[in-house]
Amino acid sequence: MAKKTKPVGPMNKQGKFAYTMHMIRMNKGCYGLLAPFMILFIIFTLLPVFMSLPLGFTSFNMIQTPKFIGLSNFYTLFLNDDVFMIAVKNTLVFAIFTGPFSYILAFIIAWLINEMHPFLKTFFTFVFYAPSMTTSVYVVWQLILSGDAYGFLNAELMDMGIFNEPVQFLTDKNYILAVVIIVQLWISMGAGFLAIRAGFQNIDKSMYEAGAIEGIKNRWQELFTITIPSMGPQLLFAAVMQISTSFTVGYVGQQLVGLPSTDYAAHTIMNHATDYGNIRYEMGYAGAICFVLFAAMLLANKGVNWLLGKYLD
Amino acid sequence: MAKKKKKKDIQTLRVRKKNKKINGSLGGDICIFVFLALLGTFMVFPLYYSIIQSLKPVEELFVFPPKLYVINVTSINFTNLFKVAASMWVPFSRYIFNSVFTTVVICVCNLFVCCCAGFVLAKCKFPGCKTINTIVVTSLLFASNATWIMQFLVDAKLHLIDTYWVVILPNISTAIGLFLMRQSMSTIHDSMIEAAKVDGAGLFRICWQIVVPNSKPALMTLIIFAFQGAWNFQGGSFIYSEELKTLPTIATQIAQIGIARQGVIYASAVLLMIPPLVVFLIAQGNVMETMAHSGIKD
Repeated sequence: MAKKTKPVGPMNKQGKFAYTMHMIRMNKGCYGLLAPFMILFIIFTLLPVFMSLPLGFTSFNMIQTPKFIGLSNFYTLFLNDDVFMIAVKNTLVFAIFTGPFSYILAFIIAWLINEMHPFLKTFFTFVFYAPSMTTSVYVVWQLILSGDAYGFLNAELMDMGIFNEPVQFLTDKNYILAVVIIVQLWISMGAGFLAIRAGFQNIDKSMYEAGAIEGIKNRWQELFTITIPSMGPQLLFAAVMQISTSFTVGYVGQQLVGLPSTDYAAHTIMNHATDYGNIRYEMGYAGAICFVLFAAMLLANKGVNWLLGKYLD
Repeated sequence: MAKKKKKKDIQTLRVRKKNKKINGSLGGDICIFVFLALLGTFMVFPLYYSIIQSLKPVEELFVFPPKLYVINVTSINFTNLFKVAASMWVPFSRYIFNSVFTTVVICVCNLFVCCCAGFVLAKCKFPGCKTINTIVVTSLLFASNATWIMQFLVDAKLHLIDTYWVVILPNISTAIGLFLMRQSMSTIHDSMIEAAKVDGAGLFRICWQIVVPNSKPALMTLIIFAFQGAWNFQGGSFIYSEELKTLPTIATQIAQIGIARQGVIYASAVLLMIPPLVVFLIAQGNVMETMAHSGIKD
């Protein structure tokens, strides 16, 4: 807790500075507690990020020193790169589907789990978090969606007589995007989900008792009048995590349908960056792509802050 | 689900068991259970699949189409795994030590650092606190393929390459951990902290005796994240000495030998999954209904 000393009357510039210095001295302890985190954070996270930001304005092949070329990368990106436009479109589709949808899904499942018996709570939390813990996730999906008659889904659909011949789910450009979205949704119960679960556990039990006495009749009312308003901060955390995962999707598609996918049908901005950065070693161009992606995520974050703003302190 | 219930009087409310929900009906509970169980089988499937794959003998592993059950349960994959492990250049126990050591150090430091910083950012007002908050959230959003080159440069400048430090130090200060703790701690009542201050507790003491115990769910979640992240971390290009490598790196190395070791790959995946799983279950089981909110009467 900060020690508060309110300044008296309006302040000039010098006074403001003196006041700030005074506040800094008063809150020495705060800086002390913050220091270990910030030192490591600045060295190992912020510094590399700041060093890689200017890469977008250079031409860099990882062997020669980066050469400054101004905005040329961005011109190429927006005016001459057709694949990038496909990637932008796909990323938006992904973000719209997996972002809000899986956020709400995670919330609903966390809420339903919260209604269960304590032992079942742990069990179901584990079950829904399981995809984030296993490594063989993609193998299983390849098994299910395999393009021949032995793929589980194809076998079932053909048994039921819906299709006459197996569908190439992983290589037919009409299905790829949908398939990757479904797998992405399924895998999405990660950090945000656990945070929402923790948020539910943090709610004061006596609030529900008070609510019941005040005449709340069912779970829905309970949810909207007590639960959601008292877990704003956790909801914001989950939202930020959701933004960062839904805008950086790409890995799932890369594992499932390959990079690049047929006709770039599931190509996202992140895939595009991987393509240029890790395959073609055009780091400058990859940096520019990541820069654009970062700008888009900042915008989305602003939007979410505005949406959830009323639940925040 | 939302069945209408009779209005309860205060008397019955008081008799109810602690864990029971006040609102909600048995029918609703059953509906929820069935719904979650159906979705759940789908979610837990890959886990189940890797476990049964690790228990299959070679002749069953390659049956096509793959079977979802084992006919002859065998532990041969696990014994083979230990045989491979025993034939390694560096004793296998060294890898285990590396993994356990780095994981424990990262987890403990990460929790400590994130709790301290989270508390300060959530509950104190001082010059610069808004800016730091914004920076942390923004850094969560930055995903770049180009960052790792710069990371390598920084580590190299600090002479950390190929030491334990290159695994440990960059993983201690995680933006996600700080953000999680901060968000959860900001829901704690100011009056509780004021009371501790009146009683003469310093900032550090308030943090660890009042605020952290009261954000137990978030703390447990953070433990899960930290452990999972640290346990699965691969040294990659930062670590090249054989005696400093951790278990996941070794598992990948074993797996690269190819199709002849299919079963061994699954066996090592299953074994590697056990520690995070145990931590997950302990942490999740621990948070349930242990909350103490009763300290405050406004």
